[in-house]
Amino acid sequence: MSKRIEVRDLNVYYGKFLAVEGVSLEIEPRSVTAFIGPSGCGKSTFLRTLNRMHEVIPGARVEGEVLIDGNNLYDPDVDPVLVRRQVGMVFQRPNPFPTMSIKENVLAGVKLNNRRISKTDADDLVEKSLRGANLWNEVKDRLDRPGSGLSGGQQQRLCIARAIAVSPEVILMDEPCSALDPISTLAIEDLIEELKLQYTIVIVTHNMQQASRVSDRTAFFNIAGTGKPGNLIEYADTTTIFSNPTVQATEDYVSGRFG
Amino acid sequence: MSTATTAIKAKQRPGDRVFSGSAVFAGSMILVTLAAVAVFLIVQSLPALIASHEDASILTDNFWNYVGPLLFGTVWAAALALLMAIPVSIGIALFISHYAPRRLASVLGYIVDLLAAVPSVVFGLWGIGVLAPAVQPVYSWLVDNFGWFPLFAGPVSGTGRTILTAAIVLAVMVLPIMTAICREVFLQTPVLHEEAALALGATRWEMIRTAVLPFGRSGIVSAAVLGLGRALGETMAVAMVLSASGAVTFKLLTSVNPSTIAANIALTFPEAYGMNVNVLIATGLILFIVTFVVNAIARWIVSRRKEFSGAN
Repeated sequence: MSKRIEVRDLNVYYGKFLAVEGVSLEIEPRSVTAFIGPSGCGKSTFLRTLNRMHEVIPGARVEGEVLIDGNNLYDPDVDPVLVRRQVGMVFQRPNPFPTMSIKENVLAGVKLNNRRISKTDADDLVEKSLRGANLWNEVKDRLDRPGSGLSGGQQQRLCIARAIAVSPEVILMDEPCSALDPISTLAIEDLIEELKLQYTIVIVTHNMQQASRVSDRTAFFNIAGTGKPGNLIEYADTTTIFSNPTVQATEDYVSGRFG
Repeated sequence: MSTATTAIKAKQRPGDRVFSGSAVFAGSMILVTLAAVAVFLIVQSLPALIASHEDASILTDNFWNYVGPLLFGTVWAAALALLMAIPVSIGIALFISHYAPRRLASVLGYIVDLLAAVPSVVFGLWGIGVLAPAVQPVYSWLVDNFGWFPLFAGPVSGTGRTILTAAIVLAVMVLPIMTAICREVFLQTPVLHEEAALALGATRWEMIRTAVLPFGRSGIVSAAVLGLGRALGETMAVAMVLSASGAVTFKLLTSVNPSTIAANIALTFPEAYGMNVNVLIATGLILFIVTFVVNAIARWIVSRRKEFSGAN
Protein backbone atom coordinates (compact mmCIF):
# COMPACT_ATOMS: atom_id res chain seq x y z
CA MET A 1 0.00 0.00 0.00
CA SER A 2 2.59 2.53 1.00
CA LYS A 3 5.23 3.94 -1.26
CA ARG A 4 8.58 5.55 -1.11
CA ILE A 5 8.90 9.22 -1.97
CA GLU A 6 12.02 10.69 -3.46
CA VAL A 7 12.40 14.41 -4.04
CA ARG A 8 15.20 15.67 -6.26
CA ASP A 9 16.29 19.29 -6.34
CA LEU A 10 12.87 20.80 -6.02
CA ASN A 11 12.30 24.53 -6.45
CA VAL A 12 8.84 25.87 -5.73
CA TYR A 13 7.63 29.17 -7.14
CA TYR A 14 4.65 31.42 -6.61
CA GLY A 15 4.78 33.36 -9.87
CA LYS A 16 8.29 34.75 -9.93
CA PHE A 17 8.81 34.38 -6.20
CA LEU A 18 11.00 31.42 -5.26
CA ALA A 19 9.37 30.06 -2.10
CA VAL A 20 11.35 26.88 -1.52
CA GLU A 21 14.75 26.20 -2.99
CA GLY A 22 16.70 23.07 -3.76
CA VAL A 23 15.03 20.45 -1.61
CA SER A 24 16.18 16.86 -1.98
CA LEU A 25 15.09 14.15 0.40
CA GLU A 26 13.84 10.58 0.58
CA ILE A 27 10.89 9.37 2.58
CA GLU A 28 10.68 5.70 3.47
CA PRO A 29 7.46 3.75 3.16
CA ARG A 30 5.49 3.02 6.33
CA SER A 31 7.16 5.74 8.30
CA VAL A 32 6.18 9.07 9.74
CA THR A 33 8.20 12.04 8.56
CA ALA A 34 7.78 15.40 10.25
CA PHE A 35 8.55 18.79 8.70
CA ILE A 36 9.37 21.42 11.29
CA GLY A 37 10.54 24.99 11.01
CA PRO A 38 9.52 28.56 11.70
CA SER A 39 6.45 30.13 10.06
CA GLY A 40 6.86 31.00 6.40
CA CYS A 41 9.81 28.67 5.85
CA GLY A 42 7.98 26.79 3.11
CA LYS A 43 7.27 23.50 4.84
CA SER A 44 3.55 23.59 4.03
CA THR A 45 4.30 24.78 0.51
CA PHE A 46 6.70 21.91 0.07
CA LEU A 47 4.21 19.43 1.51
CA ARG A 48 1.63 20.54 -1.02
CA THR A 49 4.01 19.82 -3.88
CA LEU A 50 3.96 16.15 -2.88
CA ASN A 51 0.42 15.72 -4.22
CA ARG A 52 0.36 18.63 -6.64
CA MET A 53 -2.10 20.57 -4.50
CA HIS A 54 0.42 23.36 -4.82
CA GLU A 55 -0.63 24.17 -8.35
CA VAL A 56 -4.22 24.88 -7.27
CA ILE A 57 -2.95 28.36 -6.39
CA PRO A 58 -2.77 30.49 -9.56
CA GLY A 59 0.78 31.13 -10.72
CA ALA A 60 2.32 28.41 -8.58
CA ARG A 61 4.74 25.99 -10.21
CA VAL A 62 7.70 23.77 -9.42
CA GLU A 63 11.02 22.76 -10.94
CA GLY A 64 12.60 19.43 -10.15
CA GLU A 65 11.28 15.96 -9.57
CA VAL A 66 9.09 14.20 -7.06
CA LEU A 67 9.27 10.45 -7.51
CA ILE A 68 6.80 8.09 -5.93
CA ASP A 69 8.13 4.56 -6.38
CA GLY A 70 10.21 5.90 -9.24
CA ASN A 71 7.40 7.67 -11.11
CA ASN A 72 7.80 11.41 -11.46
CA LEU A 73 4.65 13.22 -10.33
CA TYR A 74 5.56 16.19 -12.47
CA ASP A 75 5.96 14.26 -15.69
CA PRO A 76 3.92 16.06 -18.37
CA ASP A 77 1.81 12.93 -18.93
CA VAL A 78 0.78 12.65 -15.30
CA ASP A 79 -2.74 13.74 -14.41
CA PRO A 80 -2.71 15.67 -11.11
CA VAL A 81 -6.16 14.27 -10.35
CA LEU A 82 -4.75 10.75 -10.30
CA VAL A 83 -1.79 11.86 -8.19
CA ARG A 84 -4.16 13.21 -5.55
CA ARG A 85 -6.06 9.96 -5.48
CA GLN A 86 -2.79 8.23 -4.55
CA VAL A 87 -1.57 10.88 -2.15
CA GLY A 88 -4.27 11.94 0.28
CA MET A 89 -4.20 15.07 2.34
CA VAL A 90 -5.48 16.29 5.70
CA PHE A 91 -5.61 20.02 6.25
CA GLN A 92 -4.86 22.37 9.08
CA ARG A 93 -8.49 23.17 9.77
CA PRO A 94 -10.96 20.29 9.74
CA ASN A 95 -12.92 20.59 6.50
CA PRO A 96 -15.66 18.00 6.24
CA PHE A 97 -18.16 18.92 3.53
CA PRO A 98 -20.88 20.79 5.43
CA THR A 99 -23.66 19.75 3.08
CA MET A 100 -22.96 16.05 3.55
CA SER A 101 -23.69 13.63 6.34
CA ILE A 102 -20.90 11.80 8.16
CA LYS A 103 -21.40 8.80 5.94
CA GLU A 104 -21.46 10.83 2.72
CA ASN A 105 -18.30 12.58 3.82
CA VAL A 106 -16.45 9.29 4.19
CA LEU A 107 -17.69 8.15 0.79
CA ALA A 108 -17.06 11.47 -0.96
CA GLY A 109 -13.72 10.45 -2.42
CA VAL A 110 -14.93 7.01 -3.48
CA LYS A 111 -17.94 8.43 -5.26
CA LEU A 112 -15.67 10.86 -7.11
CA ASN A 113 -13.80 8.05 -8.74
CA ASN A 114 -17.08 7.35 -10.51
CA ARG A 115 -17.14 3.92 -9.05
CA ARG A 116 -20.51 2.36 -8.53
CA ILE A 117 -20.50 0.93 -5.07
CA SER A 118 -23.18 -1.34 -3.67
CA LYS A 119 -24.88 -0.34 -0.47
CA THR A 120 -23.34 -3.12 1.61
CA ASP A 121 -19.87 -2.37 0.24
CA ALA A 122 -20.42 1.29 1.02
CA ASP A 123 -21.51 0.51 4.57
CA ASP A 124 -18.51 -1.76 5.06
CA LEU A 125 -16.16 0.88 3.72
CA VAL A 126 -17.68 3.55 5.95
CA GLU A 127 -17.24 1.34 9.01
CA LYS A 128 -13.72 0.30 8.06
CA SER A 129 -12.61 3.88 7.38
CA LEU A 130 -14.21 5.28 10.52
CA ARG A 131 -12.70 2.49 12.58
CA GLY A 132 -9.37 3.23 10.91
CA ALA A 133 -9.74 6.83 12.05
CA ASN A 134 -10.77 5.81 15.60
CA LEU A 135 -14.10 7.51 15.13
CA TRP A 136 -16.52 4.63 14.62
CA ASN A 137 -17.63 4.21 18.22
CA GLU A 138 -18.38 7.89 18.58
CA VAL A 139 -20.47 8.32 15.44
CA LYS A 140 -21.90 4.90 14.57
CA ASP A 141 -25.37 5.92 15.78
CA ARG A 142 -25.50 9.16 13.83
CA LEU A 143 -23.98 8.43 10.44
CA ASP A 144 -26.73 10.40 8.74
CA ARG A 145 -26.18 13.52 10.80
CA PRO A 146 -24.15 16.40 9.29
CA GLY A 147 -20.40 16.12 9.66
CA SER A 148 -20.22 19.73 10.72
CA GLY A 149 -22.07 18.84 13.93
CA LEU A 150 -19.04 16.97 15.32
CA SER A 151 -16.40 18.48 17.57
CA GLY A 152 -13.22 19.82 15.99
CA GLY A 153 -11.18 16.74 16.86
CA GLN A 154 -13.91 14.43 15.59
CA GLN A 155 -14.17 16.46 12.39
CA GLN A 156 -10.45 16.12 11.86
CA ARG A 157 -10.66 12.35 12.34
CA LEU A 158 -13.60 12.35 9.92
CA CYS A 159 -11.33 14.06 7.40
CA ILE A 160 -8.72 11.36 8.01
CA ALA A 161 -11.39 8.69 7.50
CA ARG A 162 -12.36 10.41 4.25
CA ALA A 163 -8.74 10.44 3.15
CA ILE A 164 -8.10 6.76 3.92
CA ALA A 165 -11.40 5.63 2.38
CA VAL A 166 -9.89 5.98 -1.09
CA SER A 167 -6.91 3.80 -0.02
CA PRO A 168 -4.13 6.22 -0.84
CA GLU A 169 -0.45 5.27 -0.77
CA VAL A 170 0.63 8.33 1.15
CA ILE A 171 -1.13 10.66 3.59
CA LEU A 172 0.03 14.24 3.90
CA MET A 173 -0.97 16.13 7.02
CA ASP A 174 -0.64 19.88 7.14
CA GLU A 175 -0.57 20.84 10.83
CA PRO A 176 -3.52 18.54 11.51
CA CYS A 177 -3.66 19.34 15.23
CA SER A 178 -3.04 23.06 15.31
CA ALA A 179 -6.76 23.86 15.60
CA LEU A 180 -7.42 21.15 18.19
CA ASP A 181 -7.36 20.86 21.96
CA PRO A 182 -4.76 18.62 23.70
CA ILE A 183 -7.12 15.63 24.11
CA SER A 184 -8.11 15.65 20.45
CA THR A 185 -4.47 16.14 19.54
CA LEU A 186 -3.57 13.04 21.51
CA ALA A 187 -6.28 11.08 19.71
CA ILE A 188 -4.87 12.14 16.33
CA GLU A 189 -1.32 11.31 17.39
CA ASP A 190 -2.38 7.84 18.51
CA LEU A 191 -4.09 7.45 15.17
CA ILE A 192 -0.93 8.44 13.31
CA GLU A 193 0.91 5.66 15.15
CA GLU A 194 -1.62 3.14 13.84
CA LEU A 195 -1.83 4.58 10.34
CA LYS A 196 1.89 4.29 9.79
CA LEU A 197 1.58 0.52 9.81
CA GLN A 198 -0.15 0.85 6.45
CA TYR A 199 0.62 4.25 5.01
CA THR A 200 3.52 6.55 4.42
CA ILE A 201 2.78 9.65 6.45
CA VAL A 202 4.24 13.11 6.10
CA ILE A 203 3.23 15.64 8.71
CA VAL A 204 3.92 19.35 9.00
CA THR A 205 3.83 20.59 12.55
CA HIS A 206 4.64 23.68 14.54
CA ASN A 207 4.74 21.65 17.67
CA MET A 208 8.21 20.21 18.24
CA GLN A 209 7.04 17.89 20.99
CA GLN A 210 4.54 16.50 18.54
CA ALA A 211 7.25 15.95 15.96
CA SER A 212 9.41 14.15 18.49
CA ARG A 213 6.48 12.04 19.68
CA VAL A 214 5.07 10.84 16.38
CA SER A 215 7.79 10.91 13.76
CA ASP A 216 10.58 8.58 12.76
CA ARG A 217 12.44 11.11 10.65
CA THR A 218 12.39 14.88 10.91
CA ALA A 219 13.22 17.53 8.35
CA PHE A 220 14.07 21.01 9.56
CA PHE A 221 13.30 23.88 7.18
CA ASN A 222 14.48 27.41 7.66
CA ILE A 223 14.40 30.74 5.91
CA ALA A 224 17.26 33.19 5.74
CA GLY A 225 15.00 36.25 5.91
CA THR A 226 11.81 37.77 4.56
CA GLY A 227 11.61 37.47 0.79
CA LYS A 228 14.27 34.76 0.72
CA PRO A 229 13.42 31.19 -0.24
CA GLY A 230 13.00 28.47 2.36
CA ASN A 231 15.60 25.72 2.49
CA LEU A 232 15.86 22.23 3.87
CA ILE A 233 18.51 22.62 6.56
CA GLU A 234 18.76 19.18 8.02
CA TYR A 235 17.00 15.86 7.54
CA ALA A 236 17.74 12.95 9.87
CA ASP A 237 16.26 10.51 12.36
CA THR A 238 14.01 12.33 14.78
CA THR A 239 16.19 11.36 17.75
CA THR A 240 19.22 12.79 16.03
CA ILE A 241 17.49 16.05 15.16
CA PHE A 242 16.30 16.56 18.69
CA SER A 243 19.32 15.32 20.62
CA ASN A 244 22.33 15.73 18.42
CA PRO A 245 21.74 17.87 15.34
CA THR A 246 24.70 18.63 13.11
CA VAL A 247 23.63 22.13 12.12
CA GLN A 248 23.67 24.96 14.63
CA ALA A 249 20.37 26.46 13.35
CA THR A 250 18.58 23.16 13.96
CA GLU A 251 19.85 23.00 17.49
CA ASP A 252 18.84 26.61 18.12
CA TYR A 253 15.35 25.91 16.80
CA VAL A 254 14.66 22.62 18.56
CA SER A 255 16.01 23.95 21.84
CA GLY A 256 13.67 26.92 21.55
CA ARG A 257 16.25 29.64 21.03
CA PHE A 258 14.29 31.03 18.06
CA GLY A 259 11.20 30.29 16.01
CA MET B 1 -31.05 44.18 48.49
CA SER B 2 -28.12 46.37 47.84
CA THR B 3 -27.80 45.16 44.26
CA ALA B 4 -31.06 46.84 43.39
CA THR B 5 -29.93 50.19 44.67
CA THR B 6 -26.44 50.07 43.25
CA ALA B 7 -27.40 48.57 39.85
CA ILE B 8 -25.13 49.95 37.17
CA LYS B 9 -27.20 51.98 34.76
CA ALA B 10 -26.44 51.62 31.09
CA LYS B 11 -25.24 54.93 29.81
CA GLN B 12 -27.37 56.25 26.95
CA ARG B 13 -24.88 57.38 24.36
CA PRO B 14 -26.33 59.74 21.74
CA GLY B 15 -24.63 57.97 18.82
CA ASP B 16 -26.10 54.60 19.80
CA ARG B 17 -29.56 56.06 20.23
CA VAL B 18 -29.49 57.87 16.90
CA PHE B 19 -28.27 54.79 15.11
CA SER B 20 -30.67 52.35 16.73
CA GLY B 21 -33.51 54.81 16.21
CA SER B 22 -32.80 55.20 12.50
CA ALA B 23 -32.32 51.45 12.05
CA VAL B 24 -35.66 50.74 13.71
CA PHE B 25 -37.28 53.43 11.58
CA ALA B 26 -35.86 52.02 8.36
CA GLY B 27 -36.89 48.51 9.33
CA SER B 28 -40.41 49.48 10.24
CA MET B 29 -40.81 51.48 7.02
CA ILE B 30 -40.68 48.20 5.11
CA LEU B 31 -43.57 46.84 7.13
CA VAL B 32 -45.52 50.08 6.82
CA THR B 33 -45.07 50.19 3.04
CA LEU B 34 -46.01 46.56 2.67
CA ALA B 35 -49.06 47.03 4.87
CA ALA B 36 -50.09 50.14 2.94
CA VAL B 37 -49.88 48.30 -0.38
CA ALA B 38 -51.75 45.30 0.99
CA VAL B 39 -54.50 47.44 2.51
CA PHE B 40 -54.93 49.37 -0.74
CA LEU B 41 -55.11 46.18 -2.78
CA ILE B 42 -57.54 44.45 -0.45
CA VAL B 43 -59.89 47.40 0.01
CA GLN B 44 -60.02 48.14 -3.71
CA SER B 45 -60.36 44.47 -4.63
CA LEU B 46 -63.18 43.43 -2.30
CA PRO B 47 -66.03 44.73 -4.49
CA ALA B 48 -64.50 43.12 -7.56
CA LEU B 49 -64.26 39.67 -6.00
CA ILE B 50 -68.04 39.34 -5.95
CA ALA B 51 -68.74 41.38 -9.08
CA SER B 52 -70.52 39.97 -12.11
CA HIS B 53 -70.82 40.97 -15.76
CA GLU B 54 -73.50 43.53 -14.88
CA ASP B 55 -71.10 45.35 -12.51
CA ALA B 56 -67.95 45.25 -14.60
CA SER B 57 -68.04 45.06 -18.38
CA ILE B 58 -64.74 43.21 -18.77
CA LEU B 59 -66.00 40.22 -16.79
CA THR B 60 -67.81 37.55 -18.74
CA ASP B 61 -69.35 35.94 -15.68
CA ASN B 62 -67.38 36.31 -12.46
CA PHE B 63 -63.96 37.50 -11.29
CA TRP B 64 -62.39 34.08 -10.79
CA ASN B 65 -63.05 33.03 -14.36
CA TYR B 66 -61.47 36.27 -15.46
CA VAL B 67 -58.32 36.01 -13.39
CA GLY B 68 -57.82 32.26 -13.89
CA PRO B 69 -56.37 32.37 -17.43
CA LEU B 70 -54.30 35.43 -16.55
CA LEU B 71 -52.87 33.70 -13.51
CA PHE B 72 -52.11 30.65 -15.60
CA GLY B 73 -50.33 32.78 -18.21
CA THR B 74 -48.33 34.61 -15.56
CA VAL B 75 -47.09 31.46 -13.87
CA TRP B 76 -46.56 29.59 -17.14
CA ALA B 77 -44.50 32.38 -18.75
CA ALA B 78 -42.46 32.90 -15.58
CA ALA B 79 -41.85 29.18 -15.15
CA LEU B 80 -40.72 28.84 -18.77
CA ALA B 81 -38.43 31.82 -18.33
CA LEU B 82 -36.88 30.36 -15.18
CA LEU B 83 -36.48 26.99 -16.81
CA MET B 84 -34.29 28.64 -19.40
CA ALA B 85 -32.61 31.18 -17.14
CA ILE B 86 -31.55 28.95 -14.22
CA PRO B 87 -29.17 26.62 -16.05
CA VAL B 88 -27.76 29.45 -18.15
CA SER B 89 -27.17 31.74 -15.19
CA ILE B 90 -25.57 28.97 -13.14
CA GLY B 91 -23.37 28.20 -16.10
CA ILE B 92 -22.32 31.82 -16.60
CA ALA B 93 -21.74 32.25 -12.88
CA LEU B 94 -19.59 29.12 -12.68
CA PHE B 95 -17.64 30.19 -15.73
CA ILE B 96 -16.96 33.59 -14.19
CA SER B 97 -16.16 32.25 -10.73
CA HIS B 98 -14.24 29.07 -11.47
CA TYR B 99 -13.26 28.70 -15.11
CA ALA B 100 -12.50 32.01 -16.78
CA PRO B 101 -9.10 33.64 -16.45
CA ARG B 102 -9.33 36.50 -13.97
CA ARG B 103 -9.34 39.36 -16.49
CA LEU B 104 -11.94 37.80 -18.75
CA ALA B 105 -14.03 37.03 -15.67
CA SER B 106 -14.16 40.63 -14.52
CA VAL B 107 -15.03 41.87 -18.01
CA LEU B 108 -17.80 39.30 -18.27
CA GLY B 109 -19.07 40.27 -14.85
CA TYR B 110 -19.38 43.89 -15.98
CA ILE B 111 -21.21 42.89 -19.14
CA VAL B 112 -23.72 40.81 -17.20
CA ASP B 113 -24.28 43.67 -14.77
CA LEU B 114 -24.75 46.00 -17.74
CA LEU B 115 -27.47 43.74 -19.06
CA ALA B 116 -29.38 44.42 -15.84
CA ALA B 117 -29.37 48.12 -16.62
CA VAL B 118 -31.24 47.76 -19.93
CA PRO B 119 -34.79 49.13 -19.51
CA SER B 120 -37.58 46.61 -20.01
CA VAL B 121 -39.08 48.72 -22.83
CA VAL B 122 -35.88 48.16 -24.77
CA PHE B 123 -36.16 44.43 -24.19
CA GLY B 124 -39.74 44.64 -25.43
CA LEU B 125 -38.68 46.42 -28.61
CA TRP B 126 -35.92 43.90 -29.12
CA GLY B 127 -38.41 41.09 -28.62
CA ILE B 128 -40.76 42.47 -31.28
CA GLY B 129 -38.19 43.73 -33.73
CA VAL B 130 -35.46 41.13 -33.57
CA LEU B 131 -36.29 38.03 -31.57
CA ALA B 132 -39.80 37.29 -32.80
CA PRO B 133 -38.96 37.40 -36.55
CA ALA B 134 -35.77 35.48 -35.90
CA VAL B 135 -37.41 32.60 -34.04
CA GLN B 136 -40.51 32.35 -36.23
CA PRO B 137 -38.84 30.03 -38.81
CA VAL B 138 -37.58 27.87 -35.95
CA TYR B 139 -41.11 27.65 -34.59
CA SER B 140 -42.42 26.65 -38.04
CA TRP B 141 -39.82 23.95 -38.25
CA LEU B 142 -40.63 22.69 -34.75
CA VAL B 143 -44.34 22.55 -35.52
CA ASP B 144 -43.70 20.74 -38.82
CA ASN B 145 -41.35 18.17 -37.35
CA PHE B 146 -42.31 17.87 -33.69
CA GLY B 147 -45.96 18.87 -33.88
CA TRP B 148 -46.90 15.52 -32.30
CA PHE B 149 -45.32 16.77 -29.06
CA PRO B 150 -48.16 18.58 -27.22
CA LEU B 151 -46.09 21.66 -26.34
CA PHE B 152 -45.17 22.18 -30.00
CA ALA B 153 -48.60 21.54 -31.47
CA GLY B 154 -49.69 23.79 -34.37
CA PRO B 155 -50.85 25.87 -36.05
CA VAL B 156 -47.71 27.95 -35.87
CA SER B 157 -47.89 31.67 -35.15
CA GLY B 158 -47.11 33.82 -38.17
CA THR B 159 -45.51 36.59 -36.17
CA GLY B 160 -43.48 34.58 -33.69
CA ARG B 161 -44.94 36.65 -30.86
CA THR B 162 -45.92 33.64 -28.76
CA ILE B 163 -45.68 32.81 -25.09
CA LEU B 164 -42.35 31.13 -25.73
CA THR B 165 -40.90 34.29 -27.24
CA ALA B 166 -42.16 36.28 -24.26
CA ALA B 167 -40.59 33.71 -21.95
CA ILE B 168 -37.26 33.99 -23.79
CA VAL B 169 -37.33 37.77 -23.37
CA LEU B 170 -38.18 37.31 -19.70
CA ALA B 171 -35.33 34.83 -19.31
CA VAL B 172 -32.87 37.33 -20.76
CA MET B 173 -34.23 39.97 -18.40
CA VAL B 174 -33.89 37.90 -15.22
CA LEU B 175 -30.53 36.49 -16.23
CA PRO B 176 -28.33 39.32 -14.90
CA ILE B 177 -29.66 39.37 -11.35
CA MET B 178 -29.61 35.59 -11.11
CA THR B 179 -26.11 35.38 -12.51
CA ALA B 180 -24.86 38.09 -10.18
CA ILE B 181 -26.23 36.33 -7.10
CA CYS B 182 -24.98 32.90 -8.15
CA ARG B 183 -21.55 34.32 -8.94
CA GLU B 184 -21.26 35.98 -5.53
CA VAL B 185 -22.32 32.82 -3.74
CA PHE B 186 -19.98 30.61 -5.75
CA LEU B 187 -17.09 32.95 -5.09
CA GLN B 188 -17.74 32.62 -1.37
CA THR B 189 -17.25 28.87 -1.34
CA PRO B 190 -14.60 28.29 1.34
CA VAL B 191 -11.24 27.48 -0.23
CA LEU B 192 -10.95 24.78 2.45
CA HIS B 193 -13.85 22.84 0.95
CA GLU B 194 -12.63 23.26 -2.59
CA GLU B 195 -9.21 21.99 -1.55
CA ALA B 196 -10.78 19.13 0.37
CA ALA B 197 -12.46 17.98 -2.82
CA LEU B 198 -9.36 18.48 -4.96
CA ALA B 199 -7.18 16.62 -2.45
CA LEU B 200 -9.52 13.65 -2.74
CA GLY B 201 -8.73 13.54 -6.44
CA ALA B 202 -11.67 15.51 -7.76
CA THR B 203 -11.52 16.98 -11.24
CA ARG B 204 -12.57 20.59 -11.51
CA TRP B 205 -16.14 19.67 -12.38
CA GLU B 206 -16.28 17.13 -9.53
CA MET B 207 -14.91 19.76 -7.16
CA ILE B 208 -17.69 22.12 -8.25
CA ARG B 209 -20.26 19.38 -7.79
CA THR B 210 -19.09 18.32 -4.33
CA ALA B 211 -18.06 21.67 -2.85
CA VAL B 212 -19.33 24.67 -4.80
CA LEU B 213 -22.87 23.74 -5.85
CA PRO B 214 -24.01 22.28 -2.50
CA PHE B 215 -22.56 25.28 -0.72
CA GLY B 216 -24.32 27.63 -3.13
CA ARG B 217 -27.62 25.81 -3.03
CA SER B 218 -29.48 28.34 -0.90
CA GLY B 219 -28.01 31.14 -2.99
CA ILE B 220 -29.21 29.49 -6.17
CA VAL B 221 -32.70 29.21 -4.72
CA SER B 222 -32.62 32.86 -3.67
CA ALA B 223 -31.49 33.82 -7.15
CA ALA B 224 -34.28 31.80 -8.71
CA VAL B 225 -36.85 33.43 -6.44
CA LEU B 226 -35.66 36.91 -7.25
CA GLY B 227 -35.70 36.03 -10.93
CA LEU B 228 -39.15 34.51 -10.62
CA GLY B 229 -40.40 37.58 -8.79
CA ARG B 230 -39.21 39.76 -11.61
CA ALA B 231 -40.57 37.43 -14.27
CA LEU B 232 -43.98 37.25 -12.58
CA GLY B 233 -44.27 41.00 -12.29
CA GLU B 234 -42.66 42.04 -15.56
CA THR B 235 -45.12 44.18 -17.46
CA MET B 236 -43.78 46.16 -20.38
CA ALA B 237 -41.79 43.54 -22.23
CA VAL B 238 -44.55 40.97 -22.06
CA ALA B 239 -47.23 43.49 -22.98
CA MET B 240 -45.24 44.44 -26.06
CA VAL B 241 -44.05 41.05 -27.21
CA LEU B 242 -46.95 38.75 -26.48
CA SER B 243 -49.94 38.70 -28.77
CA ALA B 244 -52.37 37.41 -26.20
CA SER B 245 -55.85 36.03 -26.62
CA GLY B 246 -56.54 35.01 -23.07
CA ALA B 247 -56.71 31.27 -23.67
CA VAL B 248 -55.49 28.62 -21.25
CA THR B 249 -53.15 26.46 -23.28
CA PHE B 250 -49.77 24.84 -22.89
CA LYS B 251 -49.03 25.15 -26.61
CA LEU B 252 -45.93 27.29 -26.98
CA LEU B 253 -45.88 28.17 -30.65
CA THR B 254 -49.39 29.11 -31.70
CA SER B 255 -50.99 32.55 -32.00
CA VAL B 256 -53.42 31.61 -29.22
CA ASN B 257 -51.62 32.62 -26.05
CA PRO B 258 -52.56 33.32 -22.45
CA SER B 259 -51.88 36.84 -21.22
CA THR B 260 -50.22 37.66 -17.92
CA ILE B 261 -51.68 39.62 -15.03
CA ALA B 262 -49.19 42.46 -15.18
CA ALA B 263 -49.32 42.84 -18.95
CA ASN B 264 -53.11 42.67 -18.89
CA ILE B 265 -53.30 45.43 -16.29
CA ALA B 266 -51.00 47.63 -18.35
CA LEU B 267 -52.93 47.07 -21.56
CA THR B 268 -56.45 47.33 -20.10
CA PHE B 269 -56.06 49.97 -17.42
CA PRO B 270 -55.97 53.08 -19.65
CA GLU B 271 -59.51 52.38 -20.87
CA ALA B 272 -60.92 50.98 -17.63
CA TYR B 273 -63.62 52.78 -15.68
CA GLY B 274 -65.85 52.11 -12.69
CA MET B 275 -65.82 48.53 -11.41
CA ASN B 276 -63.43 47.42 -14.16
CA VAL B 277 -60.69 49.30 -12.32
CA ASN B 278 -61.45 47.31 -9.18
CA VAL B 279 -61.30 44.09 -11.13
CA LEU B 280 -57.87 44.96 -12.46
CA ILE B 281 -56.65 45.89 -8.99
CA ALA B 282 -57.99 42.59 -7.73
CA THR B 283 -55.90 40.78 -10.35
CA GLY B 284 -52.97 42.75 -8.94
CA LEU B 285 -53.84 41.41 -5.50
CA ILE B 286 -53.72 37.88 -6.88
CA LEU B 287 -50.27 38.57 -8.36
CA PHE B 288 -49.17 39.92 -4.97
CA ILE B 289 -50.34 36.73 -3.26
CA VAL B 290 -48.68 34.49 -5.84
CA THR B 291 -45.36 36.28 -5.36
CA PHE B 292 -45.73 35.89 -1.61
CA VAL B 293 -46.41 32.18 -1.89
CA VAL B 294 -43.43 31.71 -4.20
CA ASN B 295 -41.20 33.45 -1.68
CA ALA B 296 -42.53 31.33 1.16
CA ILE B 297 -41.93 28.14 -0.80
CA ALA B 298 -38.38 29.19 -1.56
CA ARG B 299 -37.67 29.95 2.09
CA TRP B 300 -39.07 26.61 3.03
CA ILE B 301 -36.79 24.88 0.50
CA VAL B 302 -33.76 26.70 1.87
CA SER B 303 -34.61 25.97 5.51
CA ARG B 304 -35.47 22.34 4.97
CA ARG B 305 -31.85 21.24 5.11
CA LYS B 306 -30.59 24.00 7.32
CA GLU B 307 -28.29 21.85 9.41
CA PHE B 308 -26.53 20.73 6.25
CA SER B 309 -26.14 24.27 4.95
CA GLY B 310 -22.67 24.88 6.28
CA ALA B 311 -23.87 27.81 8.32
CA ASN B 312 -23.23 25.92 11.55
